[in-house]
Amino acid sequence: MQHTLARPAKPGWLRELIAVWGFAQRNYFLTKRYFWWDFVWLVYSIGNALSIGFIGVAAQQGAGSGKDFTTFLLIGTLIWSYLSMIFDILSETVSWERWEGTIEYTFMSPASRATHLLGTSLYAVVYGIVRMVVMLGIISLFFDLHLSNANYLAALVVLIICSFSLVGFGMVTAVMPLLSPEKGQQVTMIFGAALLLVSGIYYPISVLPGWMQVLAKVSPVYYALEGIRDAMLDGKGVMSLWTDIWPLLIMGVIFPPLGIWIFRQGERFAKKTGRLKRSG
Amino acid sequence: MSNHATVTVSDTQDAINLTHVVKRFKKKRHEYSTALNSVSLQLRRGEVFGILGPNGSGKSTLVRVISTLIIPDGGDVRVFGLDVVQNPREVQRHINRVSVEASFFKKLSSMENLIYGAKLYGVTDRESKPMIKAILSDIGFDYKRVNEPMEHLSRGMQQKIALARALLTSPMLMLLDEPTTGLDPRSKKDVQRLVRKIHDEHDSSILLCTHDMDEAEELCDRIGIMVNGNIIALDTPQALKERYQQDGQLPSLEDAFMAATGQSMEEIETAELQRQENEKEKAGVS
Repeated sequence: MQHTLARPAKPGWLRELIAVWGFAQRNYFLTKRYFWWDFVWLVYSIGNALSIGFIGVAAQQGAGSGKDFTTFLLIGTLIWSYLSMIFDILSETVSWERWEGTIEYTFMSPASRATHLLGTSLYAVVYGIVRMVVMLGIISLFFDLHLSNANYLAALVVLIICSFSLVGFGMVTAVMPLLSPEKGQQVTMIFGAALLLVSGIYYPISVLPGWMQVLAKVSPVYYALEGIRDAMLDGKGVMSLWTDIWPLLIMGVIFPPLGIWIFRQGERFAKKTGRLKRSG
Repeated sequence: MSNHATVTVSDTQDAINLTHVVKRFKKKRHEYSTALNSVSLQLRRGEVFGILGPNGSGKSTLVRVISTLIIPDGGDVRVFGLDVVQNPREVQRHINRVSVEASFFKKLSSMENLIYGAKLYGVTDRESKPMIKAILSDIGFDYKRVNEPMEHLSRGMQQKIALARALLTSPMLMLLDEPTTGLDPRSKKDVQRLVRKIHDEHDSSILLCTHDMDEAEELCDRIGIMVNGNIIALDTPQALKERYQQDGQLPSLEDAFMAATGQSMEEIETAELQRQENEKEKAGVS
């Protein structure tokens, strides 16, 4: 059976118009096919837009309780770049190795999963601190930062304590690509967006709705920012920052073992269902 | 150097002992495909055991189960007497695997990949670097290229580095999953020569999965023919050929394979591809 497409002569402009529709329809098909990816981007974009909106509210309210707002914002940016990098490196542990094709080699080696994740975290912390110091140096050339009272040591102590809980958070998100090779990595971005939104990185959490302020209290990033801002802007010492440090210590003790335990459960699930190798 | 001091394996145990191993994968709700269907076999210490089968026969699943990457649904899997599900880390210390794709960080050099691989098995730089030099010279790798990114090396070279990486950890059991598939004839010969050398000089037990008849016949002490998740024949290459001889004529291994399975390797692979296509079509329609 031979199928032929009868093609009546069409003017050039109509053929072009049909092609325009073809391109638009193709992208609609792709959006449908990658619905979850688009959904995650939507959530991420909403999170970013809300963050900018809350920055505006904070500016109107004279954020930083009289502190210099530019310095307040830049401290938030620097700390977020450090903490999000730890989070990203850990959360990409599985998807990156899957992409390289080394995941099976790593997972069949006798190195324990705790060793694997802690080794990855160690690099992330050291690299993140070096990177943040470089950023601070360059940024200070552009802005007149009010850091004459800064207690750098106290800020560093808070940052390091916070890193432990962030490492635990990162381990939990790292398990997502094991549970779902197709959508797992995207889901980790939602975690990042949520932390960014509720933790008071660019504004004090007092500008957030009440329910978001409750969420902020379980985010280690919130306590880290509060402590580091107090140390950098007001020169507070470690003892004066105790109200921010003790929740971080508790989270630092709970989150890493919890993260490793959850990751192990994810690994077992992936090994039972044959998802370790699969890339999509 | 692996932690042979902490080996808890018995000298009398087989390298691999599989008893009625079953693995099924869920495809859709209430629909499963059987990758391993009650597979039983023993690989003796020091033996080179070949699994000969077409693509999709379950060879790679079998290797993944033995190497602790897939948890079986049923049966018993033991490596040197250790249960791979109960004692995965003990088992991992004594095995290494080379698969059809050389799994490396492609932007890193051979040296960087090798020292990283060795560290996962507790081997320090100080211990690994002289070993790397010796092993690479042994396999005929031009040491001047040791700092070049892996992606600059040919597939044959990458596969040799994969074998070198496995050797660095002194495994008692090597799992080779189609290590020569896709290589040019010369690289294929080089890798086969290396496998023989590893067996002769390093006293490793070797499980070699392949769909290359000549390779299986040349390298293996015994061969198991695997089709659709079942081992349907298992013996020495000579005995397999004798089993299927007709009119006093000893058939080739390929003829023996056809007699055992009723089809040639290519026919089985084509049928498997067709089956997968039909399933995809069916899934698309429904």
